Amino acid sequence: MTAIPLTPDYAAPETYLNSSHSIRSWLLTRDHKRIGILYMISITFMFLIAACGAGLVRINLLTPSGILPEPSMYNKAFSVHGILMVWWFLVPSVPATLGNFLLPLMIGARDLAFPRLNLASWYLFIISAIMILGVVTFGGIDTGWTFYTPYSDAFANTRVTLAVAAIFINGFSSILTGLNFIVSTHTMRAPGMTWFRLPLFVWAMYATSLIFVLATPVLAITLTLLGIERLLGIGIFNPALGGDPVLFQHLFWFYSHPVVYIQILPTFGIASEVVTCFARKRPFGYSMIAFSSLAIAMIGFLVWAHHMFDAGISPYSGLVFSLLSFAVAVPTAIKIFSWTATLYKGSVALETPMLYILGFMGLFTMGGLTGVMLATLGLDMHMHDTYFVVAHFHYVMVGGAVMGYLGGIHYWWPKMTGKLYSEFWGKISAAIIFIGFNLTFFPQYIAGYLGMPRRYHSYPPEFQVYNVLSTAGASILAVGYILPLIYLFWSLKFGPEAGRNPWKATGLEWQTSSPPPPENFEEIPTITRPPYAYDMMAPPAVPAV
Amino acid sequence: MEQQFHIFPVRATTHAWQVDLLFFFELTVSALFVALIAGLVIYLSLKYRRKSPDEFPPYTPPNGMVEATYTIVPFLIMMVMFFWGGAVYVRARRPPANAMQINVIGKQWMWKIQHPEGPREINTLHVPVGRPIKLLMTSQDVIHDFGIPAFRIKQDVLPGTYSTEWFEATRVGEYHLFCDQYCGDLHSQMIGRVVVMEPSAYQAWLAGTVPDAPPAVSGARLFQSYGCVACHGQRAPTLAGLYMSQVRLDDGRTVLADEQYLRESIIEPAAKIVAGYGPIMPSFRAQLTEEQIFDLIEYIKSLGSARDNSVPGASAAGPQTRPSERPVNGYRPDLLPDQPPARQPPAYNQNLPEGSVQ
Repeated sequence: MTAIPLTPDYAAPETYLNSSHSIRSWLLTRDHKRIGILYMISITFMFLIAACGAGLVRINLLTPSGILPEPSMYNKAFSVHGILMVWWFLVPSVPATLGNFLLPLMIGARDLAFPRLNLASWYLFIISAIMILGVVTFGGIDTGWTFYTPYSDAFANTRVTLAVAAIFINGFSSILTGLNFIVSTHTMRAPGMTWFRLPLFVWAMYATSLIFVLATPVLAITLTLLGIERLLGIGIFNPALGGDPVLFQHLFWFYSHPVVYIQILPTFGIASEVVTCFARKRPFGYSMIAFSSLAIAMIGFLVWAHHMFDAGISPYSGLVFSLLSFAVAVPTAIKIFSWTATLYKGSVALETPMLYILGFMGLFTMGGLTGVMLATLGLDMHMHDTYFVVAHFHYVMVGGAVMGYLGGIHYWWPKMTGKLYSEFWGKISAAIIFIGFNLTFFPQYIAGYLGMPRRYHSYPPEFQVYNVLSTAGASILAVGYILPLIYLFWSLKFGPEAGRNPWKATGLEWQTSSPPPPENFEEIPTITRPPYAYDMMAPPAVPAV
Repeated sequence: MEQQFHIFPVRATTHAWQVDLLFFFELTVSALFVALIAGLVIYLSLKYRRKSPDEFPPYTPPNGMVEATYTIVPFLIMMVMFFWGGAVYVRARRPPANAMQINVIGKQWMWKIQHPEGPREINTLHVPVGRPIKLLMTSQDVIHDFGIPAFRIKQDVLPGTYSTEWFEATRVGEYHLFCDQYCGDLHSQMIGRVVVMEPSAYQAWLAGTVPDAPPAVSGARLFQSYGCVACHGQRAPTLAGLYMSQVRLDDGRTVLADEQYLRESIIEPAAKIVAGYGPIMPSFRAQLTEEQIFDLIEYIKSLGSARDNSVPGASAAGPQTRPSERPVNGYRPDLLPDQPPARQPPAYNQNLPEGSVQ
């Protein structure tokens, strides 16, 4: 910490990165930007572990009889892959990294409302991560990420109770983040930052936070009941003890369908920022995009049983949940069309973040449309629990959420680090990921409609061609994911200075220096313009501050 | 089983065509949407590509008509999908009344199947072509799922309850049978085949199997050996004509006496007490296997169904009459050729015969 409050222009300005250097200053930081970086490092590590699970799955499926010697090894591989990806990567991905970093900057605040709570949420995340890595190391888990009863409570001999406890703690880290975002958005906005001047990323974070706070407790309750049944033998879900296994599915999906929107809504927010920036246009239908986020968050709570059409629920509730599932697809379609229409009469530059987001739009559209197929009762009867479902949710979660997350990382990397990465390698990796992704998951649609079931260690030989294609694609995808790790790290040391606003974007975060100072702004800005007023940035207008 | 390269699964039921037609429709709509979005994105990106780094295009006011169009058109198309898909689903969930019933029990990791004529098989299901087949399914342990891709049907098989699915095969051949719900270590080996045969070949196959008592006959024996006969018809409700009748309960509710109700009344008799009777029946939860429960239900069904009115006096609605007023006590000696027709003395709590406890 320097004693001089105002830094002279010729000296290196104080940033959140250089204000202190000790490990202690990072581990005890209350700066939302540093916590965002801590989260980013943690979830990248967890992503790599979870990706190893996916690698084992894809290698095993190269031959019809399965390459892993024991089916139980395969079952553990896909379970670890699913559990780690969902709770230790996808759920925290955008909110805990970019959301933590950007939300105060975007609303013109110096930090989140509860900085200590924010740090506590990271520690809860780390505790839960250590627990789940303990599960992975000692005994593993073989229930799949869905923990269906009575398999998980009465039959599985793996570390179910510890895994459930880890997810329970992980859930509280999500709840604290969501709570922090909601309170900050309500109370910490800068003067003039009205609700309808908020960046769409903040709207998306707000909608996501509502789900965090409202849905995660249900997961905690469900998993607690599961733990109680496993430990104490009280009949809740196990029919042999007088319980009801379908009750577990209702409770589980009441959380786990909204969690899909936790994973995808933040990416919608990123897409709204990136598309407007690289088209230099106001979003086509700002309020439609903002309200569709809230609509998705709310209707998303009412569609859970579409995971259970074949689980023995009555045909009437099947009809209701199918109708509601179609209803949630409408606001999603609105967003896709809005982003597309934003390009109209714009000034479109296909820089790396924009390539990622256009890729996201294509892949997410395919994921969404196949989701509509699965919401169709007559089709779900055939496609349920096949690779069609696997392909569908990977198009949404990987083609959608991960692609969008990477787009966001590339878009805000100059802001977070002050450095520019190689545009050439950025575009190459976006293209490799797009191609590798389609090669990995498109064959799974075909195998799925042919009837190949999920979670099969071995399979009839006629499905082999699709599995070999898929594994080949996965190896390309792996290259695509490793490349950004290399060139982004490279840029930290060798990248040129980014300056405060390399993309000439309008958001408040671009008006402070890169990387931002510890307190974000020299003085809190007053907002006088509508959001995304790219038309007002034309010369002779001078960017603010 | 078809082993060669496929891009599309074979169709072996009437239902499969309906699913595929719907799928082709949605696939076409989806392809058009993807082409529309991708085409627009590529066209707009090229047409309005940035020409100078300081280009800031003027504001384009929002167009309500465009917004309304891209809200309403997808909504209308999706409503078509909803109603169409719902119609296919509801039809596929309602077995026709004349369907032949085959009992299926899933367990880690095999399928146990019993035909109405008695023969049992494992991991293979032989059925005649052109005849509606209804599967009545339950699980002994965890949740399984009985899926036949060529038939385009799939249904979870749950422990502690019955689920059904039905089909009418239209094409002779052998088809994959998969467990589609993850059920533990050997989930991927819980597979089998469905053999669709000409009716004559099916009869020949039945004749060539190891003979086994039909479920209703085994059920009749169980009904006697477990002492059920001691009460039912006297201190407990008569079972004649019970199947598919409306039963008035002592709490005022009326329930349909389907297989699910019969199963629950054996496993957990106190859950639903028939009006006018006491909760005197013990639970048979740990004493009967799923096969034996199936047998007992088949026996009860053989005593007549309210649906086909095969028993005079068994009305489809209204309260059950007291058994003392009725001549039929639900006991069919004709199904027990080797047993004396005399009734056991009424003692519902009698000890079970040696060796009958499973």
